[in-house]
Amino acid sequence: MSDKRIMNAPAIALDDFVEGVVDVYPAKAAKKRRKHIVVRDPAEKQRIEANERTIPGIISQRGCCYAGCKGVVIGPIGDMVHIVHGPVGCSYYSWLSRRNLFRPRADGQNYMQYCFTTDMEEKDIIFGGEKKLKAAIQEAYDIFKPKAISVLATCPVGLIGDDINSVSKEMSEKLGIQIIPFSCEGYKGVSQSAGHHIANNNLFKFVIGQDDIEQKEHTINILGEYNTGGDTWEIERVLNRCGINVLSVFTGDGSYSEMRQSHMADVNLLMCHRSVNYIADMMETKFGIPWIKVNFIGIKSMAKSLKKIARFYDDPKLTERVEKVIEEEVAKAEEGIARYIPRLKGKTVILFVGGSRAHHYQGLFRDLGMVPIVAGYEFAHRDDYEGREVLPDIKVIADNRNIEDLTVERDPERYNPRKDDETLKRLKEEEVIDTYHGMWEDMGRGTMAIDDVSHKELGMLIKKLKPDMVCSGIKDKYVIEKFGVPSKQLHNYDYSGPFAGFRGAVNFAKDLDMLIHNPVWKLTTPPWKKKPVLKADLTVST
Amino acid sequence: MAGTERHYVSTTNACKLCKPIGACLAFRGIEGAVPFLHGSQGCATYMRRYIISHFREPMDIASSALSEKHAVFGGGPNLKQGLKNVITKYGAGIIGIATTCLTETIGDDVPGIIREFCQEEKDLFSNDTGPLLVNASTPSYSGTHMEGFHEAVKAMVGQVATRNGAAEDVNLLPGFVSPADIRYLKEILEDFKVSGTVLPDISETLDGQALLDYEKIPSGGTPISGIKTMGSARATIEFGRTLMGEHTAGELLSTRHGVFLSQVGVPIGIRESDEFFSAMETISDKKIHQKHEQERGRLIDAYVDAHKYIFGKRAIVFGEEDLVVGLTSLLSEIGVIPVLCASGGKSGHFGECVKAVTKGITDAPIVRDGADFFDIASEAKSLKPDLLVGHSKGYSLSRKLNIPLIRVGFPIHDRIGAQRILHVGYRGAQSLLDRIVNAVIERKQDVSPVGYTYV
Repeated sequence: MSDKRIMNAPAIALDDFVEGVVDVYPAKAAKKRRKHIVVRDPAEKQRIEANERTIPGIISQRGCCYAGCKGVVIGPIGDMVHIVHGPVGCSYYSWLSRRNLFRPRADGQNYMQYCFTTDMEEKDIIFGGEKKLKAAIQEAYDIFKPKAISVLATCPVGLIGDDINSVSKEMSEKLGIQIIPFSCEGYKGVSQSAGHHIANNNLFKFVIGQDDIEQKEHTINILGEYNTGGDTWEIERVLNRCGINVLSVFTGDGSYSEMRQSHMADVNLLMCHRSVNYIADMMETKFGIPWIKVNFIGIKSMAKSLKKIARFYDDPKLTERVEKVIEEEVAKAEEGIARYIPRLKGKTVILFVGGSRAHHYQGLFRDLGMVPIVAGYEFAHRDDYEGREVLPDIKVIADNRNIEDLTVERDPERYNPRKDDETLKRLKEEEVIDTYHGMWEDMGRGTMAIDDVSHKELGMLIKKLKPDMVCSGIKDKYVIEKFGVPSKQLHNYDYSGPFAGFRGAVNFAKDLDMLIHNPVWKLTTPPWKKKPVLKADLTVST
Repeated sequence: MAGTERHYVSTTNACKLCKPIGACLAFRGIEGAVPFLHGSQGCATYMRRYIISHFREPMDIASSALSEKHAVFGGGPNLKQGLKNVITKYGAGIIGIATTCLTETIGDDVPGIIREFCQEEKDLFSNDTGPLLVNASTPSYSGTHMEGFHEAVKAMVGQVATRNGAAEDVNLLPGFVSPADIRYLKEILEDFKVSGTVLPDISETLDGQALLDYEKIPSGGTPISGIKTMGSARATIEFGRTLMGEHTAGELLSTRHGVFLSQVGVPIGIRESDEFFSAMETISDKKIHQKHEQERGRLIDAYVDAHKYIFGKRAIVFGEEDLVVGLTSLLSEIGVIPVLCASGGKSGHFGECVKAVTKGITDAPIVRDGADFFDIASEAKSLKPDLLVGHSKGYSLSRKLNIPLIRVGFPIHDRIGAQRILHVGYRGAQSLLDRIVNAVIERKQDVSPVGYTYV
């Protein structure tokens, strides 16, 4: 069901523009690159290339496998000790830099402020780092007595042949706690996406389904929500008001203990499709838990997602409660954003972020009367753009071949279908469960999707399309602002938030107003100069 | 290890960054340069985001983006392809190539690959303005970001500097100081009427103007023409006490080209700044400009004014070794007792340098090299510090101990204006003094039950 408010893009000759964009590449690369750019025509079945290796020397915003595994999925789990096995940098760079908030549970365990590493030195590279890793695990255990430890490998580990699996197993037996190895060396795969997959696999193998508890009514897991700026807590607040209990979150405000119980939930709510869809699939196969694709960003999207959950439960009492909460919350949020709408209305936006946010935020912008004109992901796959219906057509490229796909079977004892076959079939047909149509469904004719945008392309887009704002991350924020265009970071929210849910929408509107209407944008040119202070282009184009 | 019960093998909350990030920072200070990391894509991305969060400026680092296949068969083809793209698509005047743990572990012969590349792609280098390719070996598992920084400066000097040029210049190798520091140092050179090559110069490249137009490669930076003639300069001034006696860029200019080398500590505080200004007087054969003498005079006056607020206060100082040595020198001059000097670095000279700057003025503080914040916090328990002086990573400790953190150095990502912090010279000492003293006064005022408005 597509959003009625989706506008077709303003009259921009995007087709010509696309040709211009690829002109900046070497001929061979340009041909390939062209396939990563699509001008939307919803009437057509369109294909976009994604999840391919970035061209060396072309600066993109992508990270590595380790970043996806440790930085994105594993790092936010706050009641585990995470030991990075490698030289010092990788642990340092992922030390609280994603602003995943964590609230310690009753056991008081909270390691969010810590950054543990084996800090490998030359002698470890030459003689092997296993001994050091063992010692580091022992030390972490002695000092903190954590209930579980993760071991995350960086580039040199695989190359020198350190066996983190056997070290983890040995130390796990010795210490009597779970020690989970993640072979997420940075060079694996083509982006952080490979790391998501590796993280998913091992959470599934080692954590999920380890602790059977009593199944409570209306209990869900949230997958792919990372509690940036407190997003998870706003979502939980609303769900709780509706009478829905959150059993565990993967992995924002994530608790290892709660994840072990996650197989007792009725249904999985899937936020970031890219980073956790593997777990959603595997849990469905093994335990019979279906998943609902939700989008908790934006007032209308949030309301729609809550309704979907109510439809899944099909419980009149719950439905009534959900409807009531929606009515109250929507009214309040709309009142909250009302004063900003006249100031934001009609402003155009370009979004380059993540594997889901470039999609999720489009609805929120429409709530505010703004117009998304270009969107792209950094590390998504085709299904995140085109929808899961293309999954059978996606070929595994050589770079990703070594990322294991787990073979999952029904759990002989704990497989428990949440609904009868007929209901499941109906829910699927009605697109309540197990369905995701990707970013496409939210992008009107003439808008543009660009996968893994480069600096060069970003610059051209800004010059040609003159957007009122660009949403991206810290790596291009200041590039964008040098052009005189306001930029909002949608990775770390410019240290603000929450932006999810009903209250988040109001926070977001306030932040955008502050950004776009900052008086400074009018002061950039001094009175004695109509032209900018310096306009020299130092580069020599060949 | 003095003071702690146990030395840990692992590192908890590191007080150092990895080697390649230092090289990228140094390369960013060269005009027309694009820093380039030979490794996996994530290195460039992580280091960019870190540098950007400190400077709040664009920071581009190109990458050879190696995959598993290249990790097995070698990264040469990717490196060549990446270099070609950076030359043709970004118009780089110079590419500073730094290696990473990945490419050092697999043993890629980067100088060899570059030689091959230049042979294969002769067209790209057909004229004199063709891009320069400079490479620094910066395995992340050996040394800290400071070793990487110095390695890149040495690579620039070793691979670019010649003896062709007028022998009037002075080379200034300031190490990793702030853009504001560099601007001030250049002003000092001007005031001594010497033309100087400051290498690297991040004063504009990492503290740029809002331009309404984005420069793919930011303007500013040490001109390549200046680096080319460094071998003919009349002298080199190199900052950093821990570098003395080491194989540095300054030493290379001296042994290879016979350039007189004057090594001084990073000029933080009066005594270290006096050393620097004296060296400038000697080299330029000119008297110090009255302006600086007046600044020194005002600084002395301020030291006197400040003493009652801070004399006898106890400070923990942490960060890069040479920065800590300079800060320790300043603190001891203003009557603060540096009780612990800590660094993640392990040059082997840290202890003796701290001793040298505190000698005769205060008791030698506990010195911890190769330290992390777990060590620093353990030591702090018994030291009863009144303040912390260092970068943002000390915030957790400052919060725990409920004492102020005076933010200096790198990284600073919980305050605005890191690029404008002045550390060096009389002016830097003045600014640091004011900040330190005011932080102490503010804390005193905050916890006072009376709430004095006159202190």
